[in-house]
Amino acid sequence: MGANRSVVARARPQDQAVLRRVVNLQRVIRFSVVLMLHIVVITGAVFYAFPFYWLITTSVKPNAQLFLWPPALIPNPIDFGHYVDALQAVPLLRYFGNTFYLTVLNVVGALLSCSLVAYAFARYDVPGSRVLFALLLATMMLPGHVTMIPLFITFRKLGWVDTLKPLWVPAFFGNAFFIFLLRQFFKTIPAELFDAARIDGCSEFGQYWRIMLPLSKPALTTLAIFQFQWTWNDFLGPLIYISSQSKKTIALGLQDFYKTHTVEWQQLMAASTLMVLPVMLVFFLLQRYFIEGIALTGLKG
Amino acid sequence: MKSIAFKGLRARNTFWFYIFASPWILGFLMFNLGPMIASLYLSLTNYSVLMPTRFVGLYNYQEMLKDKLLRISIWNTAYYAGLGVPLGIILALILALLLNHKDLRGRSFFRSTFYVPSIMPIVALSILWIWLLQPRYGLINTFLHFFGIKGPNWLGDPVWSKPGLILMSLTGVGGNMVIFLAALQGVPVHLYEAAELDGANWWNKFRHVTIPMISPAIFFTLIMGFIGSFQVFTQSYIMTEGGPADSTLFYVLYLYRYAFDYFKMGYASAMAWFLFIIIVTLTFVQFRLGTRWVYYGGQ
Repeated sequence: MGANRSVVARARPQDQAVLRRVVNLQRVIRFSVVLMLHIVVITGAVFYAFPFYWLITTSVKPNAQLFLWPPALIPNPIDFGHYVDALQAVPLLRYFGNTFYLTVLNVVGALLSCSLVAYAFARYDVPGSRVLFALLLATMMLPGHVTMIPLFITFRKLGWVDTLKPLWVPAFFGNAFFIFLLRQFFKTIPAELFDAARIDGCSEFGQYWRIMLPLSKPALTTLAIFQFQWTWNDFLGPLIYISSQSKKTIALGLQDFYKTHTVEWQQLMAASTLMVLPVMLVFFLLQRYFIEGIALTGLKG
Repeated sequence: MKSIAFKGLRARNTFWFYIFASPWILGFLMFNLGPMIASLYLSLTNYSVLMPTRFVGLYNYQEMLKDKLLRISIWNTAYYAGLGVPLGIILALILALLLNHKDLRGRSFFRSTFYVPSIMPIVALSILWIWLLQPRYGLINTFLHFFGIKGPNWLGDPVWSKPGLILMSLTGVGGNMVIFLAALQGVPVHLYEAAELDGANWWNKFRHVTIPMISPAIFFTLIMGFIGSFQVFTQSYIMTEGGPADSTLFYVLYLYRYAFDYFKMGYASAMAWFLFIIIVTLTFVQFRLGTRWVYYGGQ
């Protein structure tokens, strides 16, 4: 704009009026483009947010408003009764308890095992380590469905079917994707730090625990978030292994609720809202790590 | 003297490497290698929870060739992935370009709004979308009605059930959008300036600067998208149970039925290996094609 203005000032007097009009026209076009941009983005955002608005408002709609046409956009009066009904219809609190238990064990297991293994791959270059790393990358491509059936048969022989064990024990044995992610991060931490610690008599485990882990909090947080999300949202795992009601997770309980009861939409939406809320909460608290983590997997993965 | 000390250090490092790596080495043997070998063996038997196991050679694989429903499930899955993945990537790219515009206010707010649906639990989303796609009172058809369009009976119509599920999948493009946003921010400004000096308009800049520079990100999302879409399961299990008229019978749903409804785990294992081969082949082909259009000079 500034450059344009000086061009206008230096022009011959008879050309100045024309030039000024051109500059003004440019400004109008620019403004309309920016306005259009905002309209398009806001419309898009409404499309993405509205289903969740609908989820929450349906859960508090009084019965009379559910099948109105055109639909009632704002529930009136707001009726929280469906939450009480949903909690009474199925043992939702029990489901939440189980899911929470699994989530904690999975996150702790993944953090411990993956950081140990990633430390091994990042810090030591010894006979066999490169072959193992190639194997690790190869397992990232192996679809879970190939191992699903033999694992089920094995867990059945161990008597673990219809217990929560098959859903958390494997987390303590590392996950190729997380190990790779952490190893890439660990590699960026200068080796001199560890050499200095070693000279000062710090043990190998001490170097891992007191130097590597504290310096890797962002990467570890990303891992914890991903694992939380996967465990919380997992459906196929509980579907295969869990049959008794007292051991169901919220994902399994919710679909069960949908399939076995006559469809009470408000109760279903109430239960779904309760399932969605913790994910939302974690997202808004740790937004930065979500966004950085996903960008990291895309750029380095 | 020196070499002894060196050898000692090397042995010590080797020892510690295997100590630290042991959880995964054990996990690899127990949860990857062991089950893989077992699965390969199972696929050559008639293993079923209900009957004694017999070795049947390639019988399961031969049966798969004759299985009409399997062919339908492959078609459904290919339809879902072939349409859903490219559409999702284009939409994610458009959103990323819009959000990357320097004059946009409240960028991080919009980024969150578009991203959040992609992390939502698939079970809750499925139930929500049954309600949204409900033909009479559903939000989607109500919206279409305002434009004078009579919306289809989405999940009840074999023609519209897959498009309905694809529509739902498009609300989950936020993850790819974030990847593209990060890639766009990594494109050096001087390339655009140079293109402008050469008289490039916005399309030229997009086509000849932006696309090549973010092609590794597009390639990554394409590969991951196909791998993920070929394993689609939960939506059809909850929302349609494979129906209507097997129009949403996806590969993994069919596999699940054989393994856990009919307990024919030998046949299901053969199916799992076939899926693995499909995915590996697809990925390999994409890597070969990728060498023609993916540009790695940027990083």
